[in-house]
Amino acid sequence: MRKRFIPHPLLTCVLALVWVLLVNDFSLANFVFGLLLGLAVAKLTSIYRPERSKIRNPLAIAEYFAVVLWDILVSNVQVAYLILFRRGDSLKSTFITVPLALTHPEAIATLAGTITMTPGTVSADLSADGRSLLVHCLDTDDPDATVSAIKSRYESRLSRIFE
Amino acid sequence: MTAVTEFAVAAFIVIGAAFLFVGSLGLATLPDTMRRLHAPTKATTLGIGALLIASMLYFVLLNGSLGIHEILITLFLFLTAPATALMIAKAYIFRHRATQKQLPPSANETGWATLTKPR
Repeated sequence: MRKRFIPHPLLTCVLALVWVLLVNDFSLANFVFGLLLGLAVAKLTSIYRPERSKIRNPLAIAEYFAVVLWDILVSNVQVAYLILFRRGDSLKSTFITVPLALTHPEAIATLAGTITMTPGTVSADLSADGRSLLVHCLDTDDPDATVSAIKSRYESRLSRIFE
Repeated sequence: MTAVTEFAVAAFIVIGAAFLFVGSLGLATLPDTMRRLHAPTKATTLGIGALLIASMLYFVLLNGSLGIHEILITLFLFLTAPATALMIAKAYIFRHRATQKQLPPSANETGWATLTKPR
């Protein structure tokens, strides 16, 4: 019963919060309307999310956020440097395969998004069985080092949050 | 507003504009689509981020109210930029034969999702 009408309680709460912030008016009426919207959206899209995602470790999320924000800052400066001071065709760009230990769709989506936002890498595709990510590096001398950096820096933290 | 805060707001605007310019420059000058994709997903994020910090700072100092919308814009930007980049990359791989030949094999040899028929 509960699972049928509230398939994703967490998603509903987040949507309600975003609604209140969007309206920028912290009244009870707004919050109730946001909750109703969140319930409706979670219910209507639940066919695309058969599994309920569990967050095991909320503190790890804060740590992950800080790490990713710092990396976004660093990557911006690095990519700006590459654009301004290197000739485009001298960049050693290559595709790499990142085998995944994560299995949750939400965790993999978060990892793919993080890879795109951080130093010199863009996630380009997922393998047909969903067990590896195709990543494009802008400028790398050692593809294997990039793969292990992604795995140790982001994937291990995400697996602590999601699984 | 004092001169110091005005200077801080101005500095954030200039930093943001500089990064936005570099992002657009990269989009225009890098040699192929996959490399071009790196410029707007990264340099531009920090550019927008700096502009939004400037906006928040300005309105906090002007009327003492913290703007929540700037935080939401940042959040939506972080959610949408990777999704857009992924769709562009997939479309490019799908259409470009030479790139398909360069791709490394996937971990279990099942092939990449864009290039295999769904079961």
